[in-house]
This record gives sequence, structure tokens and C-alpha cells, in this order.
Amino acid sequence: MNNLKVFLNGLIKENPTFVLLLGMCPTLGTTSSAINGMSMGLATTFVLVCSNVVISLLRNLIPDKVHIPAYIVVIASFVTALQMLMQAFLPDLYATLGLFIPLIVVNCIILGRAEAFAAKHGPGTSFFDGLGMGLGFTMALTVLGALRELLGTGSIFGLTVLPASTNMLVFVLAPGAFITLGFLIALFNLVKK
Amino acid sequence: MAYILIFISAILVNNIVLSQFLGICPFLGVSKKIETAKGMGLAVTFVLVIATIVTYLLQVWLLNPLGLGYLQTIVFILVIAALVQMVEIVLKKLSPALYQALGVFLPLITTNCCILGVSILVANGTYNAQGLEPNLLTGTLYALFTALGFALALIVFAGIREQLSLVRIPKGMQGMAIALIVAGLLAMAFMGFSGMDKGIADFFS
Repeated sequence: MNNLKVFLNGLIKENPTFVLLLGMCPTLGTTSSAINGMSMGLATTFVLVCSNVVISLLRNLIPDKVHIPAYIVVIASFVTALQMLMQAFLPDLYATLGLFIPLIVVNCIILGRAEAFAAKHGPGTSFFDGLGMGLGFTMALTVLGALRELLGTGSIFGLTVLPASTNMLVFVLAPGAFITLGFLIALFNLVKK
Repeated sequence: MAYILIFISAILVNNIVLSQFLGICPFLGVSKKIETAKGMGLAVTFVLVIATIVTYLLQVWLLNPLGLGYLQTIVFILVIAALVQMVEIVLKKLSPALYQALGVFLPLITTNCCILGVSILVANGTYNAQGLEPNLLTGTLYALFTALGFALALIVFAGIREQLSLVRIPKGMQGMAIALIVAGLLAMAFMGFSGMDKGIADFFS
């Protein structure tokens, strides 16, 4: 399998959010604006790429019986490293995303890719799989965040584009997350067919 | 009084699924039938309360005195994973009837983010204790009520989806799309409770 194909697979054909419907909690919880969604996506991508490479390197050393706990330890280590890096260099963003940073550990995309891909392929291919899946996730979160920001506050990435009279606050609040994602998935279904 | 406020706030006002976005995967995944929703709700309640108590004690007696606070994420997820396994084994021996009801759901709970999320909130004392000291008692109550809120949202949602399976739905909307929009409407209904906890607190003070 060539790396480009693996990369594009995660980005579009098996997009973790729109097609596989994995990792719903951060998808809904952190997309009140485009920048928050993108940051969460990139943070997840970092953990996904690192854990995919390390698990792929260790795949012949980890005994089959304890492979899930072993994967969780690897993932949790990278999440902890990410937490410390963000606390040190991006304290504002860390405060905004809050609880969802440690919760990257239980994001099903990461354990799912470790189990389904990294455990069976070499580190190079696993790197591109992690990158593709991670960026696919980032793309979905950014689109969702931008749409909610546009409908809710009339701006994209903080730039005002619509007059205040068209703002529908509900899209920034909890119900808007569910409804916007619902319509985006419906759109993705239609385009795919 | 504050205990009643924790109850109202955790179940209705700040519902864990519909306003905090934790535990969405089981909320969308096992909500096709009311029966399974009940089982999942019960299993989450059971595990969440035990996990909160165990992780809180670990944080206070082990991680804090040794200055190992940064290991929180790793320790908690491993403890929760081990705990779920242990609960499964103990239930199998002690109460086969309860195991029959909860057995299938237990393995799914390890990666339910509301367990890890609530454990971290309680251990860090960053949950809303309604003016009380964040300690083991309020933390456990908060966990219990949060889990009941999860069960409530799950069962109501399952009820709606059972009815929804009887209607004709446009092609693109079938499956998860319509489920998410229904969840959005449900979240909107729950938004009606916002501010209720503060109102009650003001009324009695």
C-alpha cells in the first residue's frame, strides 16, 4: 500500500467524524468556534501520530494478551506530555479546551487506529495513517466549528462577516452542536451517493 | 439544601450528555431500545460511583502526597480499566442476575469518557459543589447524580428513537443524522432548565 493512499483514506474515504462517527465527544464539545475546533483537532493529531508510530514499533514486543492496556499506557503517556506542553506554552488554549485534553485518552479514534492499523503495519505507513486520520478529524472539527461560529456569532476565525441581526445564538450553545453535525453528516451521505 | 441543588444541577441543568458533551458514544450507540438504554444507564451509574470513590482516594492518599499529580491521566485510566474488569468478575460470582443485566455493557464502559471526565473533575475539585466543600461526600453525590442524569438522557432519547424507527425518514437523513438532530432538540428542551438551580438557591437564601 502506498503512503499517499493511506493518507487520503483517513482524510476523506474513512473520515473518522463523518463516516466512522468516532470521537463524538470532542467533536461536539470543543467546536463552539473554528479556532477551538482546529486546536482540538491538531492536539488529537499529535497524539494519534505519536502513538501510531510507537505502537507500530512495539507491535512485535507487546504480548497479545495485554495489548489493550499496553496501548492505553502509550496513548496516556503522550496525552500527559501534550498536557504539560500546552500548560507551559499555550495556557489560554489549555484553559479553553479544559477537560477535553486529558479525555483524548478515551477518544476511540486513537485506540481504534492502534488496534486496526498500527498493530499490523510498519512505522512509516502507520505515521501516514495517523496523519491522515488526524487531519481528517481536524478538518471535520474546523468545518463544524466555522459553521457554528458563522451561524451563531456571524464570524469565522474571529473575523466578523455577517451583521449582528443574523446571529442565532443557539448554534454556539449545546443544541446547535448536535443539529449542525446532524445536517453535515446528512450532507456527507448525500454527496457520497 | 445544597445537596438538593447538586441533584438538580447535575441531572437537569448541567446534564452530562446534553450540555457537557461527555459520554456521547454510548448515548448514540446504545439508544435504539429502551431496555438496553436502561441496562447501560444502570451499569454506568454503578461503575461511575465506584470509580469516582477509588480515584479520589488515590489522588488524595497517593498522588498528592508523593507529588505525582502529573501522572493523573495515566493512573486514572488504568485504574478505571482494571476496576471495570474487577466489577465484572465480582458481579459474575456474587450476583449472576445483575451480571446478566449489566454484563454486556461493562466492557464498553472503560472507554466511556464520562467516567474518566467525572473522576478528573472530582479529584481536582473543579465540579460545581454548590457552595459546599469539595470532598469525598459531595464528590460521590455529584458522581451519582451525574450518572443518573446520563441514564435519564439515555432513556428519554431511546424512547424517542423507538418511535422514530416507525416513521419514514428522507434518504440522506437516515441513521445517525436524524439521531443527532433529535439529540439537538432534546438538548434544547433541557436548556429550558438553565438557571433553575440558581433560582432555587436565591429563593431559599
